[in-house]
Amino acid sequence: MAAPPLLALRGVCKRFGVVEVLKNIELEIHAGQVVALLGDNGAGKSTLVKVISGVAPAERGVIEWEGRTVHIRRPHDARNLGIATVYQDLALCGNLDVVGNVFLGREILRYGFLDEVEMERRTRHLLERLTRSIPDLRGPVVSLSSGQRQTVAIARSLLGEPRVLLLDEPTAALGFEQTTEVLDLVDELRDRGLGVLLISHNMGDVKALADRAAVLRLGRNNGFFDVNTASQEQIISSITGATENVPRRPAHREAGW
Amino acid sequence: MVKEMRGAADGSWTEPAAEADRSDPRRAVLDAVEGWVVVFRRKLSAGELGWLPVVLVLATVWIIFQSLNDNFLSPRNLSNLSVDIVGTGLIAVGIVFVLLLGELDLSVGSISGLAAAVFAVLNVNNGMPEWFALVVAVLAGTAAGTVQGYSFAKSRVPAFVITLAGLLTWNGIMLYILGTSGTINLDENGLVAKLTSHYFTNDAAAYGLAAVATALVFLVAHQDRRRRKAVGMPHRSLRGIAVRTAVAAVIAFSTAYVLNSFQGLPLALLIFLVVVAGLDVVLRRTHYGRQVYALGGGVEAARRASLSVTRVQTAVLAVSGTMAAIGGLFLASRITSVSQNSGSGVLLLNAIAAAVIGGTSLFGGRGTTWSAVLGMLVIQSIASGMAITDTPAALQFMITGGVLFAAVMIDALARRSQEAHGRA
Ligand SMILES: Nc1ncnc2c1ncn2[C@@H]1O[C@H](COP(=O)(O)OP(=O)(O)OP(=O)(O)O)[C@@H](O)[C@H]1O
Ligand SMILES: [Mg+2]
Repeated sequence: MAAPPLLALRGVCKRFGVVEVLKNIELEIHAGQVVALLGDNGAGKSTLVKVISGVAPAERGVIEWEGRTVHIRRPHDARNLGIATVYQDLALCGNLDVVGNVFLGREILRYGFLDEVEMERRTRHLLERLTRSIPDLRGPVVSLSSGQRQTVAIARSLLGEPRVLLLDEPTAALGFEQTTEVLDLVDELRDRGLGVLLISHNMGDVKALADRAAVLRLGRNNGFFDVNTASQEQIISSITGATENVPRRPAHREAGW
Repeated sequence: MVKEMRGAADGSWTEPAAEADRSDPRRAVLDAVEGWVVVFRRKLSAGELGWLPVVLVLATVWIIFQSLNDNFLSPRNLSNLSVDIVGTGLIAVGIVFVLLLGELDLSVGSISGLAAAVFAVLNVNNGMPEWFALVVAVLAGTAAGTVQGYSFAKSRVPAFVITLAGLLTWNGIMLYILGTSGTINLDENGLVAKLTSHYFTNDAAAYGLAAVATALVFLVAHQDRRRRKAVGMPHRSLRGIAVRTAVAAVIAFSTAYVLNSFQGLPLALLIFLVVVAGLDVVLRRTHYGRQVYALGGGVEAARRASLSVTRVQTAVLAVSGTMAAIGGLFLASRITSVSQNSGSGVLLLNAIAAAVIGGTSLFGGRGTTWSAVLGMLVIQSIASGMAITDTPAALQFMITGGVLFAAVMIDALARRSQEAHGRA
């Protein structure tokens, strides 16, 4: 038997009012793997991320962490498990500076007071892994460019050695060079054994980086693919709904890896 | 982490490398000026003018009234001014907390009146020891604020609506407990009366406070520089620290000199400054304060970062209720009486105006407790100048209104330019 997946979703449902946004979602994220979560606009990708990160907890279904059933009811629960998230809307506090945002909720104290020096040092260190042009760490983040803010959100997700990383279109606002650096970093994190869920509309990036792809369509699973063997056409037709063959389980589960 | 705490206003940050060639003094000065310009530009482009507008307004007000009447800047008038700002100023400090959330507390006037009434009834009418009645009065304010805060956090109704209900309720309770007694006179020599009537007449008190304040400014800046330098991060130059300390020393010692030329250091001013400085540290240097700023920057973002939103929101309105009660006791102390009019009139408006004029943003997330001091100085200077020059009250309202309007416009412009600068 292979090790259980780091994170698994079984039959997860989520509704906003009367609208059922996620229906019986199955998903597995293994350590050392990048899973691409694909789907058209409004397919429910961001909602799924919010379910896992505790922002919008699921109504039904089971979430397993290393084979154990866990309850994620608040962002706090997800963080304690080791799940870090880069939200599509970034969720930064515009008035705080870069250091304040990166350490928000996890401030380092010294004699009971905020240790700005140490936090700034570590923030710089985190950002150095992501970019060569470090933005002003002490100006409010509203004054940064979209790409710089995205970099800050990614840096924040790396704080505290997470085990699973949820990236909701993390490179949407990034330039060419910056995108490459972020994707290289994801690659490196995978090699270090993290499980990564990557949402992206860029098939090129998905092909280059992901091991597996899970497709959502109208709030349902619409196919699981091994990115190395599946053709781009297969995946795209699954996204657009040309093929509606819905495997009820992630294909690789039976394959036993 | 909001700009001021960086103390970057003096612009004297140097990269570690830049300090290597400090042998040429002209070069060092140029570097310092350049740094100053960079920081100032950054602040301008981020839409932050910081203290600049309010200090300019204060200087203008002082120059105008001094030219109209020589007595305006006399030690006597300035000393009285420094005591007159305390009652409303303490209430304004609480308002700063609420404004940082992007909310408004309309109940502070009523709470201040309620606290004063509680004190007077317990102490004067029922003979409870002063200190005990004082503690109960302050806790009454805390309780009122906590109730409002919890309702606000749980219902997500804007705080100004909940505190509007509070304004009426607390005022009603105050009238009820005052009953038919109307005006209650406080003991002229009692503890509460002493709050605003006691002066430390020994010159050493004011100068000692000035020395301590200056030393703290220096030590904090120096310690910060030492730690940053040790890990090779950008840090302030020694020259920058010297300038900073010198500015602090000039302000502190000239204030002390003026106060000592009249009756010495007023106890009320001492308490006010200690409270403002203490709460400033709480806001900018503690975990709790960081959460307050974060909520002002975005409740949803704060929630996703695992902050306990309900707790922080409740605590903020509790602080504002507590400060309103303390301020109410100082206001009662100033006139040594409590009546049905306590806490009414322009008090609430002045407290909010002071925080905003001092530079705290109405949009949340930007401001410090020091804005309560600066804003109150402006408002009270106008009031005092008007009184000295026999100008009608109508004009005083118009001028204060104009200053408030200008402050709000600056705040709105700052916000707009930040957004224009940031959004893609
Ligand atoms: N808070 C909410 N209340 C009601 N409906 C919502 C809410 N959030 C999302 N939805 C709905 O859920 C559906 C899925 O939205 P979601 O943001 O998850 O899509 P997505 O796959 O991330 O799309 P995109 O690629 O555009 O980011 C949409 O139809 C949206 O209208
Ligand atoms: Mg989305």
